[in-house]
Amino acid sequence: MVMTEVEVKNYNLNFGPQHPAAHGVLRLIMELDGEVVERLDPHIGLLHRGTEKLIEYKTYLQAIPYFDRLDYGAPMNQEHAFALAVEKLLGCEVPERAKYIRVLYAELSRIMNHLMCTTTHAMDVGAMTPILWGFEEREKLLVFYERVSGSRMHAAYFRPGGVHQDLPDGLAEDIYAWTESFPKVLDDMASLLVENRIFKQRNVDIGVADRPAAYDWGFTGVMLRSTGVPWDLRKAQPYDGYEKFDFDIPVGKHGDAYARFLIRFEEMRQSLRIMRQAIEKMPKGPITTLDPKISPPKRADMKTSMEALINHFKLYTEGYRVPEGEVYVATEAPKGEFAIYLVSDGSNRPYRCKIRAPGFCHLQSLDWMCRGHMLADVPAVLGSMDIVFGEVDR
Amino acid sequence: MLSELKEQLAYIEEGLENEVLAGKIAFDELTLTVRAENIIRVLVFLKEDGDCLYEQLVDISGADYLEREKRFDVVYHLLSYTHNHRIRIKVETDENTPVPSATGVYSSAGWFEREIWDLYGVLFSGHPDLRRILTDYGFQGHPLRKDFPLTGYLEVRYSDQQKRVVYEPVKLPQDFRRFDFMSPWEGAKYILPEGGGEEGDGNDRS
Repeated sequence: MVMTEVEVKNYNLNFGPQHPAAHGVLRLIMELDGEVVERLDPHIGLLHRGTEKLIEYKTYLQAIPYFDRLDYGAPMNQEHAFALAVEKLLGCEVPERAKYIRVLYAELSRIMNHLMCTTTHAMDVGAMTPILWGFEEREKLLVFYERVSGSRMHAAYFRPGGVHQDLPDGLAEDIYAWTESFPKVLDDMASLLVENRIFKQRNVDIGVADRPAAYDWGFTGVMLRSTGVPWDLRKAQPYDGYEKFDFDIPVGKHGDAYARFLIRFEEMRQSLRIMRQAIEKMPKGPITTLDPKISPPKRADMKTSMEALINHFKLYTEGYRVPEGEVYVATEAPKGEFAIYLVSDGSNRPYRCKIRAPGFCHLQSLDWMCRGHMLADVPAVLGSMDIVFGEVDR
Repeated sequence: MLSELKEQLAYIEEGLENEVLAGKIAFDELTLTVRAENIIRVLVFLKEDGDCLYEQLVDISGADYLEREKRFDVVYHLLSYTHNHRIRIKVETDENTPVPSATGVYSSAGWFEREIWDLYGVLFSGHPDLRRILTDYGFQGHPLRKDFPLTGYLEVRYSDQQKRVVYEPVKLPQDFRRFDFMSPWEGAKYILPEGGGEEGDGNDRS
């Protein structure tokens, strides 16, 4: 028999948009050479809802619920950035208690996000149990969301000027008790994954980025820290009193999927530290700015005072006017630098509200990161990037 | 903080004296306005100069100012990890004049520019892959422009007869209402239909 030369052609594979490992609605057009990825073309926008356009037609207060719907893994972190941006334009002071409540809930959201990210990442590479354990804890956190805002996910709790309501009685104690029981679950989960041979084989040396590449591709947050850059906006450009808290920034060495996983695990422990400090040191006092031009009057006042009623009506129909100007406010969301570029023309609606989502940059680099990897590594890289399509597509 | 920013601004204005049209510090943020054709030179300077070292292009955003002759702003945000500084660079352009693509300087510019092309219709010359990114396949128009209606032009639904998703022109049972909250005492300019009696500028209403 004579061996004839066979020409092997690359072929294209369509991945998603409906695929459990696509983390939502990602469509990937992959060019494969056998099982090796030659080129990747992510098609995004299947969850595009025109958030930025809608915000231009809403008052500043009405815009807040849209931010919950961006990254639904950690809704309050998005509200946080918007609230800070509006406050910067308004030049309004936020009371100390409000800042502590925000820090408490921002860190709680970070744990929520990392629980979802690390466990779904583990599921993408074949570990089923962590997601069941993790979501049990996540459910408890959602109950804390509900107790403070009335809503399990779409809280609309951080408002420009402070927060919506004070913590109800007993909530701080319950959160504190949870921070003491949670490390046990974390240790159990770590014992399943950290030294697990299969998990390491799937993640170590997969999706490696070095420092110059991380800068070049716009990596922030965990993605940047995994390459060895000790950068966290909570330390570098502190907002809402983060400088008063004692916590560490875990930094990776290798820049691979495994390093990112470990950093997220450690960040959860650090967030617990911040939460405990926030509860211990939380002062008494008002929870929103006392400027009646920005925050609504108390319910009790509205029952007796006509002026308070008018004030409330004006704030919830017309809203407040924000002085002309433009600001760029960045916060350290669980996924990276989440920023708002807000332009005000002096009216009661934002003129332009650009949402800078960390996942957008990270997903952009997927093509570069996955080239030369095997097909089965793509979900591992994707899982370690922590992509949520609410914020990528906006 | 403020003096540091002023120093930084003075240094950049000296280094880029032919390129920088205006430098401004507001809300503790540094903003440069440059001409579109110079943007690459400005970015390279800011990235590589030892006292600037803006290693990362964090964001590119568009903005539409309908009343201006060059109606679009392209806004770049850079971040320096070495010096912990941020800077904003603004460039003006219109529908037909392309802005040089920053993809050669920062890889992260790729999708940001695609997004601005998609949502505003600003062209970027030298971009390797200027396709739509966020909107639907086959979408027409640029939705974030101020003259694009909020409701859009087409809506989709699943047609049970054709067994597929169909596109139809938007039908609104009620027009989109946009309230103005201008106080009548501050004198809004209400334009009355012609021959509509008094010529109202809103000021002389009793």
